[in-house]
Formats: sequence, C-alpha cells, structure tokens
Amino acid sequence: MTVSSRATDSSSDPQFQFPYIPNTPDEQAAMLATLGVASIDELFQDIPDEFRNPTLALPQPMSELEVQKELAGLSSRNRALGSGPSFLGAGSYNHFIPAIVKALMTRGEFLTAYTPYQAEASQGTLQVIYEFQTLISNLYGMEVANAGMYDGATSLAEGVLMACRVTRRSRMAVADTLCPYYRQVIVAYCQAQGLELHSVSPGQSLSLDQETACLVVQYPNFYGYIEDLAALTKAAHAQGALIVVSADPMAMGMFQPPGHYGADIVTGEGQPLGIPPSYGGPYVGLFSTKQEYIRQMPSRLSGRTVDSQGRTGYVLTLQTREQHIRRERATSNICTNEALYALASTIYLAALGKQGLRSVAELCYQKAHYAAARIAQLPGYTLPIQGTFFQEFVVQCPVSPSSINSRLLEQNILGGLDLSEAFSNAHPSEGGTTGGSTSPPSGHFTNAMLLCVTEMNSRQEIDALVEALSEFGQ
Amino acid sequence: MTGGGNRDTTKLLMERSVPGRVGAVLPQPDVPAQPLPDPSLLRTELDLPEISEPEVVQYFTALSQRNFSIDTHFYPLGSCTMKYNPKINDEVSFLPGLAGIHPLQPLESAQGALELLYRLQGFLAEITGLPGVGLSTLAGAHGELAGMLMLRAYHQARGDTNRRQVLIPDSAHGTNPASAAMAGFDVVTVASDDQGNVDLKALHDLVGPNLAGVMITLPSTLGLFDTGIVEVCQTVHQAGGLVYGDGANMNALLGRVKLGALGFDVVHLNLHKTFSTPHGGGGPGAGPVCVAGSLIPHLPAPVVTKSSGDGAPVYGLAAPERTIGKLSGFHGNFGVLVRAFTYILTLGGEGLRAISGNAVLNANYLMDALKDTYYLPYDRRCMHEVVFSADWQKARGASGLEIVKRLLDYGFHAPTLYFPLIVHEALMIEPTESETRETLDAFIRALRDIDREVTEDLELVRGAPHTTPVSRLDEATAARQPDLRWRAAV
Repeated sequence: MTVSSRATDSSSDPQFQFPYIPNTPDEQAAMLATLGVASIDELFQDIPDEFRNPTLALPQPMSELEVQKELAGLSSRNRALGSGPSFLGAGSYNHFIPAIVKALMTRGEFLTAYTPYQAEASQGTLQVIYEFQTLISNLYGMEVANAGMYDGATSLAEGVLMACRVTRRSRMAVADTLCPYYRQVIVAYCQAQGLELHSVSPGQSLSLDQETACLVVQYPNFYGYIEDLAALTKAAHAQGALIVVSADPMAMGMFQPPGHYGADIVTGEGQPLGIPPSYGGPYVGLFSTKQEYIRQMPSRLSGRTVDSQGRTGYVLTLQTREQHIRRERATSNICTNEALYALASTIYLAALGKQGLRSVAELCYQKAHYAAARIAQLPGYTLPIQGTFFQEFVVQCPVSPSSINSRLLEQNILGGLDLSEAFSNAHPSEGGTTGGSTSPPSGHFTNAMLLCVTEMNSRQEIDALVEALSEFGQ
Repeated sequence: MTGGGNRDTTKLLMERSVPGRVGAVLPQPDVPAQPLPDPSLLRTELDLPEISEPEVVQYFTALSQRNFSIDTHFYPLGSCTMKYNPKINDEVSFLPGLAGIHPLQPLESAQGALELLYRLQGFLAEITGLPGVGLSTLAGAHGELAGMLMLRAYHQARGDTNRRQVLIPDSAHGTNPASAAMAGFDVVTVASDDQGNVDLKALHDLVGPNLAGVMITLPSTLGLFDTGIVEVCQTVHQAGGLVYGDGANMNALLGRVKLGALGFDVVHLNLHKTFSTPHGGGGPGAGPVCVAGSLIPHLPAPVVTKSSGDGAPVYGLAAPERTIGKLSGFHGNFGVLVRAFTYILTLGGEGLRAISGNAVLNANYLMDALKDTYYLPYDRRCMHEVVFSADWQKARGASGLEIVKRLLDYGFHAPTLYFPLIVHEALMIEPTESETRETLDAFIRALRDIDREVTEDLELVRGAPHTTPVSRLDEATAARQPDLRWRAAV
C-alpha cells in the first residue's frame, strides 16, 4: 500500500490532480516563466543536493470517496458512547450537546479565522472571547477569566506556576484527592522550575507553612465528592498561600462556586460544556482569578474599548505578559490555545442558560444518587466514602473492577474506572509507569470503581447496570 | 451588512437576557427524587443569560460575520500558513466512532482510533525523517516545551547537568525563548548574517561546554532556507548540544528535504498550519514532536504502540522508558489529529510534494511582482513566504501598520506585521498553495494601489481601515484600564 514517490514534480504531471491546489500545470508553468525559472524543483536549490528530493514512503493519494470509506471503517472499530449505556467519567464526561453548538461553531467565519491579532478584522472572535470570559467568571464566582488554556490538566499546572510567581514561593501542597493524571501534568510542567511538591489530605492536618505557595484541590474531587472549600481556603490563607481549585464547570450549576469561598485561582476542564469526548481532545482549559492578579495570568485576554469614532470594540490586551512580546520573560509560552472550543462552550452556556445548566446539574445529581443508592443495596458492594457527591462516586466491588468491566462490555455497557489502574499506571489505559520525580499517591481502596452518571443515562440504563453488577455479588 | 434588532451585535449575552426565556429544554427526571445536600453547599445565584434558541443562533451568526476568515478572505498571514481547511476533514472528525469515544474506555474498544494514531505517527516520522513521534502535545508551543524538556532529560540522563544554555536566532518566534525558559534553560540570542542565515562565526563563538542545544526554524522566519544549516547542526553536535527544529514553516519543505537527515534531533510540527487543520480563531492546534533515536526514551506519554502476535495487530498506549511525563490530560488533540491524518491520506506523498512546490511558487511569484514597489531586505529566492519592509512607504509618511490596515479595505487580511523583529517595518506575506493566480494578482494590484495612495492621498491610508465593522481601536486605554468582562451597571 505504500509507495515511494518519485522525486519529480507531480504538479506538472497531468496524471495527478489535487483538489486543494487550484493552479493547473499550465498556470504553474506560466508563473514559473515570469520568474525565469524552468521548474518548481529549481526553486528549492538552496537545499543541498544530497538532501534534496528524498524518497518519501507514503500512501498513494486518495479520492474523497475513498477517504470517507477509510475513515468510516476506522470509526466503526471503536465503541461509541451513543451506542449503549456509559458510566465512565474521570475527567471526560458524556453530556447532551444541543445541535446549535456544532452548527454555529463550524461556520467558516469562525472555524477558519486566525488568532484575532488584527482586531478590526476579528471583532466576531474577540467579542466571543469577551463573552466567554464573562460567563466563566460568573460560573466560578471569580472576578476575571482568560480566553482559555489547552485543557483542564494544563490549566491547573499553569495555575500552580502562577501561584508560585505571585507568592514568590516554591512549595506546592497538592491534595491526594486530585486526579492522578492532573498531578502528573503538574509534575511534568514544574520539573525544570525547582519547585517542591507535597501531598496533603484534605480533612486532616495539612502542614502548610510560610514557604507554601499554594494548596491545590479539585472540586468535586477526583472521587466525585465535595471538598470543604471554606476550611481549605482559610488554611491556605492563614499561611499567606493561595488556594488553586480545579472545578468541574457542570457542578457549578448546583454547588457554591469556589469564588464564594475566596479561592484565588480557579481552573477547570471546559469539555462538559458542549464539547464531545473525542478520545480526549480537543477540549478547552478554563482559567479564572482575582482582578489583582491579572498581570500574572497566562494566555490571551480580550478587552473592551472604543474605536476612533467612539464605537465599542474589542482587542487582545495586556499582551506584554505574553511570549510574542516578553519572550523568555513571559508568564507562559502558550500561544495558540483552544479558541474554537471556548466558542463552543460560550454557545452551550448561552443556549442552556441559567435554567438549563441548573437542570442538567440536578439531573446528574439525581440520577447518580439513585444509582448509588441502588448499588449500595447489592450484596458485596459498598460506598466507602461518606460525604456529598455530585455525579461521580466510588463503589467498592466484590471482585476486581476490570473483570466486571469486561463482562459489562460484553453486554455493551461501558463501566466505570478501575481506581487501582488509575493510580498504579501512568495512565488508566496504559502500561508502564510515568517519569518525573514524584510518584503519584497510592489509591486508598481495593477493588474500587469510580462510576459516573449523567443526564444521558436513563433510569432503564441505570437499572440495567445494577442488574449486571448484581451477578458479581452473589 | 449588519442585521437589526436581535441580529445587531451591540448587546452582550447578559444584556439580552429576559427572565423566563430558555434556549434548551432537558428531559424530566425519570428517577425518584433523591435527598438534596445541606443547603449551605448549594448556590443560590447563577449569573447566566436567559435567551431563546433563535436568538442564540442570530447573535452568533451575526458575530461570525464580523470576522475575516480563509473561507471569506485571502489571509496571507506570514508564519501562520492560512491554507484552505478541507471540509471532509471536519466531517470525519465528527463521526460518532471518533468524536463520541471516551479517552479512558478499554483499549480493545478503541482499536480504530489507536490504529489511526499509530499510522499518523508513522506518516510524521517519514515526513521528518525522525523515527520517534509523540502526538500528545496540544499546540506548537506545547510541542516546544516537550522538546526542550527532552533535551534536558537527555543531558541529565548522561550526567551532563551543566548544559543550561540554549541558543536561539534573533529571528525566532517568541514561543522559542519562552518554551526554553519554562524548561529551565538560559536563553542566548544568536545573530543572523546579512543573507538571513545563522551567523556561523557568532555561533562558533557561542558554543561551549554549557551548550544544551539550539532552536532553529527552517526555513527561517525570513522565509529563507538557511544554506549553512548542515554546518549549524554539525557545530552544535560537536559541542555536545542537540538541534531543536521549530516546524512552523514545514509547509515549504514537505517532501523536499527531511529534517532528520540534515541533523535535527527533535522537531515539532504545527498540524494547524502545514496539515490544514482549522485555526478556529486561535486554536485548537496540535504540536506533535518527532525525535531522533536518542530521544525516543524521553518522549512525552503516552505513545501509541502496535504488537503483532499471531492474529490481527493490537494497538495500545505506553509510557516511554524515561519519559518526561504527561504534558496533557489524555492522548492529545485527537480531533485535530484525525483531520491531519485525513489530509495526508488525501494527498499522499505526491500531493504533499505538490503542496510545498506550489506554496513556494506562489510566494516567489508575489516576491517578484512586488519587489519594485516594496523594499525587499533579502533579495534571494524565498521559500513559502516573503518578508518585505515598508521602509520606502514609511519615508513618505505611511507605516507598515497603516499599510496593512488599508489592505483590509481592499478585502484582504493583513500580512504578519513587524515580525521578524530584525526587519524594520516588516511585512511577512505567506500566500500558501491553495490560492489561485487570480487572487495573487488582485493582491499585488492592491499593494501597488496602496503604494500609490501613500503618495497621492496619505490621509486615506493613515486613517484606514474605513470599511471594517470598527475602525482603529484604542489599545492603550484597553491596557491601562482593563475591561475584561461584562458587569451589571450599579
């Protein structure tokens, strides 16, 4: 199937036509003539001869029809979330997405625009970013939000780096209830910065001190439970440290936002807000903070101003924080972020609105609690964590969760996350271990499964899961 | 033309809100009511708008019409490779078996996705001539960070802990020094010579026992192929350093040269440039890293593996032996990787060569047609983009900024302005292969007309743009008194 392409210019070969190159061989020849050049290859003569025109072992070109079939074939070999009940969350969630999100975000005017550096030619994108900043600030109860980061994990890592800049301290206290792969991303981001990472257990003595830059917690935590943000914030502030919270935006439809408790930096994964799971990306990282820290923020900001005729308009602002101006002294190296998915989230929040987001959050809560109560009654199953949870919860199972999951998959049910795998491996679905100087905390439970129930799960699906689980508890 | 009423974009979402309006309706609960948590945990206020579905569609559609984009305008933004973004790529990325799969679902239930990623790793390795590929980095700068962390890990694994210095040419993108700094390196700038190449004498003087490596963009941001590149790589290697390649300009080189063969040790690719995935108004991107054998153990996790037993091949995920760790939550920007994979399948090796050939032809055609009108600081064969200076116009009273703003009135997006920093009044123009000769000719006429306007009607140019939704914006006030979100009037 692979061939070595000839080291000649196919563009002058009438056998091959490529739909994305409009100029015909004749037109190309006419253009070359204006340059006084005989062939396209001659344009590349600055490349040393011995390296020019290497063999390229890539497949033959394909027509769109063939490409469509090839991709449909690859797609059909994956189990899609819509094909049956799914109870897997742990950082990527199956939520309803109204049709207008895709219809609007794929408009060419949004989809094929660049970063809005030319403000007069980019008012649409800039106003969307300003709207996004407003809605994310409101959702988290914070004063300002930026234009978005890569994803939830990197947004948290950048939040930690920012807290170290603000406090000029270098010790991080990271809750052991934080998602293990978020923790790994923090370790990877901070490995060259000379920062120290300590694990702490919320609810126990936190041993923060005057060298602690920040306390890092997830809300709801990795296990789905609500942390006592009031107490944690107070403990961090008592030592002059910041509290950095990674919060699920969907839970904000129901629970008090971190800003209510005085959080300093609130980040999150924007995927629940109108973005398909898409095997892990693209998503959008949410990032918000207090007004006093805006000059330490990473990533872009859209600001409202006026034009030379006094009309309202929007521009990228405070750019002296950024790499294209400040270079090695920038607050971050981030450039291209995830603007299209910030747009998706903005459309989603506009469509769902105040009532809709509350409805989704309450449906997730109600269905998850119905499922948890039923599973807790099954012989051999317990809920090991006491407390308030949102849409995820931990179930201690009579046998290993991975063996349960295999059986569930045979019945076309996607089960929850096996927590022992989540903590023992670099990645729950991956062999081997991660590098980095700090090993992730061990899981607290054996045979524990992290289940997620959202508005997408009908009562019938939940009952089917309970029925299937009951087979293992006999 | 802007619509009226709700289709006017003046009012923001929160100002459009009318209590009681809904834009989406959810099903009624189908489970018995569950006990609620302590009320103190629940929020009472939620400041989100209340807007009906038609209003949402009207507002966002109207906003979209206030953008220039590739689909609506020629967008010759240098260094950004604003080429046509094929619609088939978007369509397949939304297939239920690709968009609707969970990153943590069992590997056996995602073999199609993993096979796609594995094949893409192979394609990118072949294109760059570098055998190891990691797909998990989410943008160009993210790939740079991964690359520089790999340099660090490589030297540390050899016990070579004093190599803290990274050399970066003065023409480099700002992300290069920012990424090197995030990876803990000290940045030292290397000058370019009068041909726009790395100044080899300056390079020889700077390399030493503290050298970790060099970050090179090829072709450079001047749009020029550095004719001394092989010597640059040899010099750095002889000093014990590694060569990092910023692949932002790969559109010029597809199928023409393999960076691994020239001596590069690690290269990131911008799939949202060379491989046609849409920029989306500033992302998503994808910045895979391609590495030489010596760096494979340090690749970011995960990488996609293939094992062929007796039966069909089985694809999996693995963390390399001495990985720099995880730099993103899951496996990378999968939806972007699907689009790039589809693009490569469509074009094949022949097509990729035709892409670079036509990108370079179009840039040289513009250079040749405009060099009598605009000052060309490096008068030699360009690659996929050409850097002019507006010095001749500046002498007559119009800056580069004013010229590119005037271009907007002609219906063309601006070229990249004032970059690279080493060219005074720089105008960096990248036409890409997907534009017709007619469009290039119209663009040439516009730039010649504007040059004439500078002489005949200077104020027309200096007050531009005149036809865009807003005129020149007050950026100074925006930065001095930042207004970053809507607030209710008090």
